[in-house]
Amino acid sequence: MSAEPISGADIVIKALVDQGVDVVFGYPGGAVLPIYDALFKQNALRHILVRHEQGAVHAAEGYARSTGRVGVVLVTSGPGATNAVTGLTDALMDSVPIVCLTGQVPTHLIGNDAFQEADTTGITRPCTKHNYLVKDVRDLSRMIHEAFYVAKSGRPGPVVIDLPKDVLFALGPYSHPEDARHKSYRPQVIPDQARVAQAVEMITAAKKPLFYGGGGLINSGAEACAGFTEVVRRTDAPCTLTLMGLGAFPAADPHFLGMVGMHGTYEANMAMHDCDLLIAVGARFDDRVTGRLNAFSPGSKKIHIDIDPSSINKNVRVDLPIVGDVGQVMAAMLETSPRAGAGLDRSEWWRHIEEWRAQDCLRYDRSCRGVIKPQYAIERLYALTRGHDVYVTTEVGQHQMWAAQFFKFDKPHHWMTSGGLGTMGYGLPAAIGVQIAHPEALVVDIAGEASILMNIQEMSTVAQYRLPVKLFILNNQYMGMVRQWQELLHGGRYSESYTAALPDFVKLAEAFGANGRRIENPAEMDDAISWMLKTPGAVILDVAVDPKENCFPMIPSGAAHNEMLLGPKDEAEQPVSEEGMVLV
Amino acid sequence: MNGLERHTIAVLVDNEPGILARVVGLFSGRGYNIESLTVAEVDRRNSLSRITIVTSGTRMIIEQIKAQLQRLVPVHKVLDLTDEGPFVEREMMLIKVEGKGDVRIEALRLADIFRARVVDSTIESFVFELTGSAEKLNAFIALMEPLGLVEISRTGAVAISRGTTSL
Ligand SMILES: Cc1ncc(C[n+]2csc(CCOP(=O)(O)OP(=O)(O)O)c2C)c(N)n1
Ligand SMILES: [Mg+2]
Repeated sequence: MSAEPISGADIVIKALVDQGVDVVFGYPGGAVLPIYDALFKQNALRHILVRHEQGAVHAAEGYARSTGRVGVVLVTSGPGATNAVTGLTDALMDSVPIVCLTGQVPTHLIGNDAFQEADTTGITRPCTKHNYLVKDVRDLSRMIHEAFYVAKSGRPGPVVIDLPKDVLFALGPYSHPEDARHKSYRPQVIPDQARVAQAVEMITAAKKPLFYGGGGLINSGAEACAGFTEVVRRTDAPCTLTLMGLGAFPAADPHFLGMVGMHGTYEANMAMHDCDLLIAVGARFDDRVTGRLNAFSPGSKKIHIDIDPSSINKNVRVDLPIVGDVGQVMAAMLETSPRAGAGLDRSEWWRHIEEWRAQDCLRYDRSCRGVIKPQYAIERLYALTRGHDVYVTTEVGQHQMWAAQFFKFDKPHHWMTSGGLGTMGYGLPAAIGVQIAHPEALVVDIAGEASILMNIQEMSTVAQYRLPVKLFILNNQYMGMVRQWQELLHGGRYSESYTAALPDFVKLAEAFGANGRRIENPAEMDDAISWMLKTPGAVILDVAVDPKENCFPMIPSGAAHNEMLLGPKDEAEQPVSEEGMVLV
Repeated sequence: MNGLERHTIAVLVDNEPGILARVVGLFSGRGYNIESLTVAEVDRRNSLSRITIVTSGTRMIIEQIKAQLQRLVPVHKVLDLTDEGPFVEREMMLIKVEGKGDVRIEALRLADIFRARVVDSTIESFVFELTGSAEKLNAFIALMEPLGLVEISRTGAVAISRGTTSL
């Protein structure tokens, strides 16, 4: 305890600094003015002023996911807090560690429908990992330290601390992080050794094993990913990753089959369907991954390694659950069997896989008769950014799936996308957070023309902090993913999915002091990308792409992995089942 | 495997604001059943409350419920009494019966058989207090119905394991 009592607002600043926070993403308002005043008087914390509180949370997510640290948000009461809700839900779904400080009306007015009052802890209860209402300044520093602990330990997630204004003015004692440990919350990190040994045995015995890695690997960190990579290589097993897991295993390694799931590769999905042992590592058998549950990987035994026991046996029954930090489990596996895999013969399994690979499921019409194919745009972006330290964020839609398919990641923490919630408007603010954390890096938001308008106000933040983020818009003039589903499921009735009245993105860039360019011809592609990379400062590259292109391969809703649509021809021949229609 | 099972689950939690909303929100948000839920502080010094939840679901759902409860930050312990060996489960009920003459006498006679206590009476009514298993309470209600049952208030189940084991 520090002897001198200090104000609640000063306690907030001190606690953040002691937690190692260097940047806060926020937006001021009446209820948090004391904190903004305290911010004004210090130099340890940097504040990034966003233009909408949703943007603050996504920026903090981008910061967190590209650094492995906790992202911090500061917003005012009422509308400030409610605007943050989408971001918090996004962070909960994708397990991103966030601490969000919200202002609140003074304690004596709580429940009175006071000006800018919202029941913030009530509203955010289902969209946070945990939340606090601080009613007494004496609890303040403990609760902040606890919030950081909760946000980053176990399965990470967002934590809200609701701060009534009188608590920020009140004087109270400050306690250091070491003095504050949560009473009871201790997620299991170290795995059960016997189960690890059993897993190694099962992998060695399997004829057709498949590793299926997810975002848990990225959350566990670079070392966990390296351990995972080593395990896969030693056991000579194929490996697939979820959308959230991309980068956990080097895409260039021949053991990698590409992404799994609804828009995953043919080889990854077929391998999942046909394997005899599925080893899920920090992945949660999400419905985008499993397809129809009763046809999911029917012949396999399943091992599930996860830090969150509630993820195990939720959708899919597994044979061997291992609760623990995936990094620790990988290390334990490597230790258990230093030479596992020696003498394994997986040639039969690999022969099958090569047959599926030969399908070349990501092929598209490369003839490019005057129109830019979106896949081509991303392929060129990938090729021309080799040699850069490049971080990619995305919005949500077809462009997101093409980015996942065509941009290859060899390292964790370089790919940020909204997976669980699928939040349009995520990419630009997330890119801001990434760029703040990595000022020298190349940060690209691969965007759709519809999504980008959902948080376009953040261009003003980009301008204020002179952030050199690059917006790479695949402009197909449609909410393409919606249009694709309408084509597939609703007889081509494109109800409200045409993005009419789009802005002139070049002028829009210029209005925010950035550089803009539009291209319509494939011949301009390389030149435009090089120009984007050369141009200092923020850039919007508006790439007019084929408005009718659909994203394949695709497992339609309600279908199984071995019922993939590989292209437009399959689409016409395999109507979606009635049960599939009702699925999202 | 798909049969519905009824489970009684005891949960030890920090007695802090919002904890009940968190537990109830978990059940409603994820579509789990609550047959009954009771809560009260059981450890003043450590500020701990005990929640007893009676729920039903498939085996997989029951396991999910326990894992999800365990994941709530203020939850210290989750114990599935149904799984963990013998336990005692009790519920209390106050039940009001209105009537005159023979009906009154019959109500009193049945109450005696069930060991229900009269905790209030007027010339036209009784309030009985009855403790027991849910089945016993239901049986008593069924008997009181034709005799002029007008109102019921039940606590929901509380439960504790038999023998020396404790939460
Ligand atoms: C906030 C929000 N609203 C609606 C949706 C539903 N949705 C998913 S993709 C999509 C279209 C996205 O269009 P665009 O950004 O142009 O990307 P494209 O699919 O064309 O690449 C919509 C409306 C969503 N994911 N998020
Ligand atoms: Mg579009």
